[in-house]
Amino acid sequence: MTTASPAAHPIPHHTASGTTRRRRWWREVGWRYPLAVVFLVYAAFPLVYVISSALARSGTLVGTSGLFRTFTMENFQAVNDTKFWAWMGNTVVIGVITSLGTVLMAASAAYAFSRFRFKGRRTSLTSLLILQMFPQTVAFVAIFLLLVSLGSVVPVLGLNSRLALICVYLGGALGANAFLMYGFFTSIPQELDESAKIDGATHAQVFWRIIMPLVTPILAVVALLGFITVFGDFVLAKVILQSPENWTLSVGMYQWVSSELSANWGLFAAGAVIAAIPVLVLFMSLQRWIVGGLTAGSVKG
Amino acid sequence: MAVDTGVVPAPARESHATRWRGHGVGFMVKLALMALVNAMGLMVAFSAWRIEAWGIFTGSVVLLVVIDWIYFSRRMVPLKYLAPGVAFLLVFQIFTMAYTAYVAFTNYGAQHNVTKGQAIEVLLLQNERKVEGTALYPLTFVQRGDELGLAIVDQGGVRVGSAQAPLTDAPDAVVAGTTVTQLPGWDVIDTKRLYSDTDLANALQDLRVPVSEDPNDGSVRANNLSQAAVYRSVLVYDADTDTMVNVDTGVVYRATEEGFFRAEDGSRLGTGWRVYVGFDNFRRGFIDGDYVGPLLQITAWTFVFAVATVLSSFFLGLILALIFNDPRIKGRTIWRTLLILPYAFPAFLSALLWRGMFNARFGIINDWLGTISGWFGGGDVYIPWLQDPTLAKFVILWVNLWLSYPYWFLVCTGALQAVPAETVEAARIDGATRFRLFRSVQLPLLLVSTAPLIIASFAFNFNNFTVVYMLTSGDPTFPNASIPLGQTDILITAIYQISGVAAGSSSVADYGLAAALSIIVFVVIGALSALAFRQTKKLEEMA
Repeated sequence: MTTASPAAHPIPHHTASGTTRRRRWWREVGWRYPLAVVFLVYAAFPLVYVISSALARSGTLVGTSGLFRTFTMENFQAVNDTKFWAWMGNTVVIGVITSLGTVLMAASAAYAFSRFRFKGRRTSLTSLLILQMFPQTVAFVAIFLLLVSLGSVVPVLGLNSRLALICVYLGGALGANAFLMYGFFTSIPQELDESAKIDGATHAQVFWRIIMPLVTPILAVVALLGFITVFGDFVLAKVILQSPENWTLSVGMYQWVSSELSANWGLFAAGAVIAAIPVLVLFMSLQRWIVGGLTAGSVKG
Repeated sequence: MAVDTGVVPAPARESHATRWRGHGVGFMVKLALMALVNAMGLMVAFSAWRIEAWGIFTGSVVLLVVIDWIYFSRRMVPLKYLAPGVAFLLVFQIFTMAYTAYVAFTNYGAQHNVTKGQAIEVLLLQNERKVEGTALYPLTFVQRGDELGLAIVDQGGVRVGSAQAPLTDAPDAVVAGTTVTQLPGWDVIDTKRLYSDTDLANALQDLRVPVSEDPNDGSVRANNLSQAAVYRSVLVYDADTDTMVNVDTGVVYRATEEGFFRAEDGSRLGTGWRVYVGFDNFRRGFIDGDYVGPLLQITAWTFVFAVATVLSSFFLGLILALIFNDPRIKGRTIWRTLLILPYAFPAFLSALLWRGMFNARFGIINDWLGTISGWFGGGDVYIPWLQDPTLAKFVILWVNLWLSYPYWFLVCTGALQAVPAETVEAARIDGATRFRLFRSVQLPLLLVSTAPLIIASFAFNFNNFTVVYMLTSGDPTFPNASIPLGQTDILITAIYQISGVAAGSSSVADYGLAAALSIIVFVVIGALSALAFRQTKKLEEMA
């Protein structure tokens, strides 16, 4: 954070006495601290509360209001007796496959758009741009009906199939990410692949050995965003996955809270802590990338 | 840049043929992948053919041919890279959007779930009764693999069939008295097994073997363990007049345009079929009927929700960005990290967490408010946060603010830092106050760079299913109990409730109305995106 800010110009120390200096400090900087504390309480309180609930002995919503009164790992152990880890496994598998597929498909589409001049290129780019504005989730009724018919032909692509859910997610892969990648791909000089072509490289070799290594950062961002999106998706997973052993975390944990909120509270809190940690770590360590990706993608759109 | 391409560079003017060095690894991988794709595609096409799902059959064959053409042709290199993504896009996004539009103009739903042919079949099947005074046929239960069947002795010959396969003659069967003892291709089920295996007994009890391909001919079913009877529908379908006649009562049901068989007196048969209904769904949703009042309220609330969320979170984020946009603050990185925590916490977990905190009976918020009121001599506090419509809306906005402000904090911080230092300095020298500097320099520049994000965020929140559904599930419900909607529902959650895909049972499903609402959402989003484009251009010109 080295960029100059409005108040960065030097303050004339030698003329000010102690009190005026303090008053001035308070007027320009000091007031920010109490406000920051207020917002910090707003931001962090629910998170502190969920940790306290996860460690509380009662296991229900009753009696979780006294923060950190009791410490026990019982809630975490109780999680093991549920399908939680199966849901976690489903979420991770679906998320990883989806994000890998998304990266591959979006990267190859971006390669095609940035490196080839073909008929209908502009039209397809514009159509993609328009398409990406319409979120897939709004069409979930049609997706449901499509999977009902597909399922009668190939059960593995029907309702209640994790593979079908992955396919549905992959349907949204191009729209959301091809543009983000396209911008990045065009910033890589064409001379690189041209020289490789002169050396006899095929288009596939240019793609895999020259372009892909150079765009690794954006691939990582797209993969990560893809994973976090799948992790947080509820409606498509809820519509498609029906039996509890196929659920993802969001569907399963919603079930806990919606059916028996008070009784399952300890379970939920412990599960939430476990589920949030990997995402939190991923997000925080790659914060700068994610935010860059988010804004760049949207500006392009 | 030296690149090891693995291919020996060809001298000029050498023909392609002499460059042939055999296929590389890449080609083998491609071949294997294509073999896999073709195998799967053909499998889908075959099973679609078998159950006569012509839409899927055509779709899979066309897709397969196009993919093979793209990858085995020497041209169309760009398409080789676009094809996988486009294939998924076509099936799971473009097709589903088009299908939504189609469903919106039909009465597809619980009572109109199938095509007319299927509806006729279902009606005939549902109305089958044992034919009065019918002959009883000696019966033997048989099976092949998982498929259960009935074998009957009819005029000395044996006939056998299952639920899928109508009765056929079995000339090679061995009959002892009235019992079939051997039947080629089938295993005879010993009746003693039925006493211990009740599942099997029930399955056989319910087994219905069609007499022929024509549903009007009825079926054969087990009457008891050793005898079968012929069942025939009390309804008879006449294709020429397109009517169903109840042979018991003589009532004639005529096929109507609404997708039902209806009699003169207005009564109708239960199962209908889907038909084109024009703008009927839109009329039901927004002009007259039970849904109109609630849906108009829900639409208004959807807009309020999206606008209020974007505005509140943008301003809170902006305020925080301004507060922390001063290098003299100690530990800025730590403050920032802590303040964006809500954004890193998965949204569905946050919503569920707040749902517990706002719980009226045991939630921490009412509990602490109760403690505070205790200090002043008050009693327990019971505020129905999620049960009162107004309060519930407030809670949704509050939680969504919590979820979204860090995004704007990050975006605004970036945008503020991108404001050129010279511009700020120049304004200061000209004597601008801090407010003036913000109002006339920083804010306009900030709006230029964030305007597209603001519109994108509006579009996102317009469909923010997770927050609303996780927090309130749309509750409290509207006083009119005949519809499945609640007062905090936004359009996308209303679509979910109306579509009935949640319940698992299709008894409440109304796909037509749900799809019509989806179309409305698409139109709003589309209009908004168009506006976003123009607005972005305008702001850029201004800047």
